[in-house]
Formats: sequence, C-alpha cells, structure tokens
Amino acid sequence: MIIEIGHYALVLALATALVVSVLPVVGARRGDAAMMALAPTGSLVLFALVAFSFGVLTWAYVVSDFSVANVWENSHSLMPVIYKYSGVWGNHEGSMLLWLLILVFFSTLVAVFGRNLPDTLRANVLAVQAWISTAFLFFILLTSNPFLRLDPAPAEGQDLNPVLQDLGLAVHPPLLYLGYVGFSVCFSFAVAALMEGRIDAAWARWVRPWTLAAWTFLTAGIAMGSYWAYYELGWGGWWFWDPVENASFMPWLAGTALLHSALVMEKREALKIWTVLLAIMTFSLSLLGTFLVRSGVLTSVHSFATDPTRGIFILCILGIFIGGAFVLFAWRAPMLKAGGIFAPISREGALVLNNLILTVATATVLTGTLYPLVLETLTGEKISVGAPFFNMTFGLLMLPLLVAVPFGPVLAWKRGDLLGALQRLYVFAGLALAAGLIFFYIQNGGPVLAIFGLVLGFWGMIGAFADLWYRGNFAKVGLSVGLRRLAGLPRSVFGTAIAHFGLGVTVLGIFAATTFGTETVVEMKQGASVDVGGYSLTYDGLRDAVGPNYTEQRGHFAVSRGGVQVADVWSSKRLYTARRMPTTEAGILTFGLSQLYVSLGDAMESGGMVVRIWWKPFILCIWGGALVMMVGGFVSLSDRRLRVGAPSRKAKPVKATLEAAE
Amino acid sequence: MANSRTFWVALAMILALLAPLPAFAVNPDEVLSNPMLEQRARNLSAQLRCMVCQNQSIDDSNAELARDLRVLVRERLANGDTDEQVIDYVVSRYGEFVLLKPRLSAKTIILWATPVLLLLVGAIAILVFVRTRPSQRAVAALTTEEQARIEELLKK
Repeated sequence: MIIEIGHYALVLALATALVVSVLPVVGARRGDAAMMALAPTGSLVLFALVAFSFGVLTWAYVVSDFSVANVWENSHSLMPVIYKYSGVWGNHEGSMLLWLLILVFFSTLVAVFGRNLPDTLRANVLAVQAWISTAFLFFILLTSNPFLRLDPAPAEGQDLNPVLQDLGLAVHPPLLYLGYVGFSVCFSFAVAALMEGRIDAAWARWVRPWTLAAWTFLTAGIAMGSYWAYYELGWGGWWFWDPVENASFMPWLAGTALLHSALVMEKREALKIWTVLLAIMTFSLSLLGTFLVRSGVLTSVHSFATDPTRGIFILCILGIFIGGAFVLFAWRAPMLKAGGIFAPISREGALVLNNLILTVATATVLTGTLYPLVLETLTGEKISVGAPFFNMTFGLLMLPLLVAVPFGPVLAWKRGDLLGALQRLYVFAGLALAAGLIFFYIQNGGPVLAIFGLVLGFWGMIGAFADLWYRGNFAKVGLSVGLRRLAGLPRSVFGTAIAHFGLGVTVLGIFAATTFGTETVVEMKQGASVDVGGYSLTYDGLRDAVGPNYTEQRGHFAVSRGGVQVADVWSSKRLYTARRMPTTEAGILTFGLSQLYVSLGDAMESGGMVVRIWWKPFILCIWGGALVMMVGGFVSLSDRRLRVGAPSRKAKPVKATLEAAE
Repeated sequence: MANSRTFWVALAMILALLAPLPAFAVNPDEVLSNPMLEQRARNLSAQLRCMVCQNQSIDDSNAELARDLRVLVRERLANGDTDEQVIDYVVSRYGEFVLLKPRLSAKTIILWATPVLLLLVGAIAILVFVRTRPSQRAVAALTTEEQARIEELLKK
C-alpha cells in the first residue's frame, strides 16, 4: 500500500510541477503577485512530494520488500544495511529519482533563500526549475517507474551489482548529482534573465553562490569517483578518460569557466552575454552527461543501464532544453546591454584566457567523447578515442593555463601591468623552482623532465599565495600588521588562494606519482619476498574467508622496512554469491601521502600467484588537492557578499564588518 | 638517464599531464628480457585497444585476446620492427578501431582540428572584441537611474 502511495506522490508532484511551470510565468508577465507567489509555495510542495516518494522507495529497500521489482533486481536481504540505503540509487530508476529529488531540493533552496530576489526573477527562475522537474517526472513515470510490483513476490532479491557495494560508490552519486543538478539553478537564472531581457551585476552576484556550491560538490563527486575507480577496479589507475568520467568532467570544466566569468561580470559588468551562454552550456553538459550515462549509448566499465526507449526520451528532453535555451539566447541576447571595457593585460584579460582555455578543453573532451559515436552513426566506421588522445590534447591545453593561474589574482582590474606582475611573482617562481629541485633530489632523481612537472605543481601551490602576500604587504609592514590587513579581506580572496593552492597540489601529485612510481609484476610462492619502494613484502599465502554476501580468497603480505615489520596488507579476490560475480579488492597501505598498492592476479600452474605491486609516491595529493579546492569553494561561499540571498538587510553587513575587524 | 630514449619517454609522460599511473595486466611470463624493448612494448600496448573490452588498453586488460596482442607486439619488437611497423601491422590486422589515439586522416580531421581551430577562433574573437570595445564606449549602457540602483545593490 505504501508503495502505491509513493507512486501516487510522484503523480501529484507532476501536477504541482505543471502548475509551477505555468502560472508564475504568467504572473510575472502580468505583474500578478498572487500568481508569482505560487512559485515558492509550489516548489516547497513539490519537494515534499518527491522527498516522500524517495523515502518510500528507501523504506522498501531497507525492509527488503521484494514485491517491488526494483528492490528485487537490486537488493538482497543479507546485504549490509548501508548498501540497502545506497542501493536505492545504485540502479537506473532510483538514481533518476535521486536526480529529481536533488533538482527540487535546489528549487526549494532558491525559494527559501531567494527572498531578496526581485519577485519576477524569483518566479521565473522557479518556473524554469519546474519545467525541468516536469520533464524528469514524465521521464520517471513513463519509462523508469521504480514502484512497479511483482506478483507473486520473490522470496529473495538478486543482489546489488557487487562493484557498487562499496562505501565510496555509496556517496559518489549524491555528491555528483549535487554538482550536476546544482548547475540547473544557473541555467534557470540564465533563462529567466533572457526572458526578462535584462541582466546586471546583481544578477551575477545571485548566480555566483549557486555556481560555487554546485562546483564544490561536483569537485567532491569527481574526486570521490576517481578514488573509487583507483581502489575498486584494481588496476591502480585513477583516471581512464572513460566516457562516463568525461560526462561528469565536462560540466566541471565548463562550471569552472562559469565561476570565473561570473566574477568578471559581478566586478566589472563585462562578459554578460558570455556568462549567460556559459551558464546554459554548463547545465546542457550536465543534461548531456545524464543522457550519456542513463541511455546506455555508451557501454563502459561504469555503465549499468541500457534501454533504448529511455535514451530517446532523454534525448528529447535534451533537445528541448538545450535547443530551446539556445534559441531563446539567440533571440534575446542581443538585447542585453554591453558592459565595462578592459585592456588585454588585466584581471579580466586573465579570466578571459582562463575561459578560452577551459572552453576549448571542454570542447576537446566533448568531441573526443562523442566522435566515435557520431562517426559510426554517420559512416558505419569504427574508431576509438581513448586515454592517449585525451592525455595529449587536454594535457597540452592545460600547460599554459597552469602556468598562468598565479598571474590572474596579482593583475589589476581593467588595466594590468604584466611587467609589474612578473616582478611580483619572480620570487615565488624562484621558490617553486627550488622546491621542485629539492623534491627531485630527495626522490633520488628520475626523468630529468620530471623537474618541470614538479616545478609546475609547486608554482601553482606557492604562487597561489602571492596575492595574499602583497595584499597583506608583509614585506613592508611586517607580520602582525600584515595579518591584520589580511583579516580585513573578504573571504573570497582566501577561497581563491586555497582553491588555486589545491590545484597545484593535484598537479604535483599527478607528476610525482606518474614519474616516480614503480610497478612490479612477479609470480610469488608462499614465503617469497619482493622489494618495492623501499619496503619489502613477504607473501604469506592465501586464506579463504566468508563475508555477508560473498566468499573471498585473501592473500596476506607482511610489509617490512629495514628488516623490521611495519604493517600487514591483505589483497583479495572476491566472489559475490548471488550474482556469481568475481571482483578484486586491492590491498592498499598508506605511508604519509604515498601508497603501496597490492593486487592479486591469477594463480599459476607452478603453485605461485601473480602479484602486482605498485609504489605510488604522493598519490594522495591528487585527491587531497581536490579536497583543498573544495575547502576553497566553501570558504569563498562563506564570504558575506555571497551568502545565499546576497544583497540583504542593512543591519547585517555592518555587523559582519565589525566581526571582521575584531 | 641521459639516454635519448628515456628522454623522449619522459617527455611523453610530462606532456601526458593526466596520464594514468602504470596499471598493467602484463604477466611475468610475457615480459621481455631486454628492458629497452619491454619499455617500448609497454608504450605501444597503452595505445592499443583491447578489442573485447570497454575502453581498456591491452596493457590494462587481463582478457585472453589482450594477452595475445601483447605477445604479438613483443614478438614483432623482438624481430626488430620499429614502433611504426608494429602499429601498422596491428592496424592491418584489426583495423583503425584498435588505435586509442586515432591517426590523422580524412575521417578524424574534425576530431584533431577541433582544439586547434577553436583555440584560434576564440583567440581572434577575443582580440577583435577587446580592440573594438572602446569605440562602443560612447553609447551609454545604462541610465543613471539603473546605475544608481546597481551601485546601491553592490554596496549592500
């Protein structure tokens, strides 16, 4: 019964979404306050209905109600409880419901925190959000209903795909969707601005926190997914340029560009039309990503959903929203008034360069991802576009960007001084060079050009603080006065520095792990030892073990350094009984920022095991850097200028200033 | 280290900014005794697709077919083939689909040209935009009233 109520709640949600889609827009046209007021209330009701429906599905999973087809297909009564929860979105229907839940959640946030928005803008934004909700509600109800029943109810479920039974993957989709779907707000703001035919710096200020929040979550989601692939797939790689990874990476790249162009628009009123276009493109890429993953048009390691009717349905949603937005853009954008001017060498100029490179990088990833599909559809010829293509093109594009990052914040708005910037930065460049050389020396050398990569990483890390150094004017006023000056700066300045520092950390991790890492493939018999990365691993044979819903063979290795045992590591091969599906569980030992990665291969006829052991120095910097970028995002988000609902009551800023001064 | 081969390998690694870490499914019995040749085999393997897998190179895959292809690459190298000859041979047997980095040809021209053209077009568009903007300055963008309203909003 409760299942049917959950289903019915979705139908009611559809009706609500239709109302919110139409009436507030009419109200905004006519200046009818009552009709516009339907938007926030309707959005709240919509959220309540979808949340209830999601709760019902979750309940069905937790109590293992196998009369629900979706639960039967993706759960098992013996599965650990945490995976019963995450199993809700570990399948097509449930993950679409999660997508929708997050979409209406963002609408609700706009409704609640957007009280300071002009009434018409808020009504229009929420209506556009409701259009998207309507499309996805139709999609779920017509093609992906999670509430279908089975009669008679089976006694036992078919278990969740073992690859998904992992804590990393349990949190990965919600984080990713918070990012992906968060960009819908930027999209809705852009479309609403086009509908109203006006856009100003205040608009950019309202849009920026949403962009920042979505970007921060997407950063977390991508980093999480990358780390999951690293330890779960057992190949030791952390980025495969898999189409599914690209699908989430493209909105991230475009979103990063949007974050920077919105800054120009907010501060200097320039790049208005471009920012609106970028906001539309970013969410279009999110939709495209959803299409690529959900339609099964790409079959890849991550893909677990295939059904052509759904693909065509999402393609229609994609066509209507992207096409519609671009038509609206072409029609209305010329009405938007042009903003401030700037010289090529200026903060704006640097941000434009950032946008150029990021946009071209996004387009490169997009072309590479879609090219084989399009070519095969048009000519029937099959080609592959894989990691070597992306590494080369994307890598080459990123080099100038990484070199340029520290310059941006030290250039003045409107008209900058490149020579002055060079003078300000050369000390930092010298420090980066020294740090790179020292690092190289400590690692006992390696490929000479590794120095270049290390210096690039340190340049990003150290250069990130150049702006703070000069803003505090530490060289002249000393530490305490400098620190006091810094305390008076807006938090977004620190956010920028932290995020850029994180980028440097990631770059450093990539180069250090790639150039100094080692790989050892050996056949080991019980009692055999092998030396890797300064550690000695002794193989202690295989043991059988039984988990809640799997059996496994665990290989035990004793790890010692200089003859002293320092750790144990277990690496196993698992068999999930319900699906008869084998997985490898790599053994990973962390030493500081470096890791020892042990993966079991096949048993040899001679009685030995093939063992692959990688020494991955500073590998944790890759994800640690992403974590730091996220922190930067949150710090910037806490800036009082950007606190959701930005231009607020008068009393507040005064209080905040006093706090900052204390 | 001063060896030019190592130099180019290192250069390739540096340029491949996001190169995945070496993640190989090579088995101990396949490894060639000559480390130089083995290194070349590894580099080639990373560029060849495992035909039965989804987006995996033969170096990453433990599929039977990937193993056969790895052994084949090593045989050709041991017989004195250059890297190009090995690639040509594998392509002649399996088609262009086997290459993870497609070669420049009529059907891949758009793929390879996209980044270059877009970068050029974008750069030119920006230059034109920056150059022509000052002349438009004369047209007052906002009324003073609107300007005041924005200033007020920004101040808050």
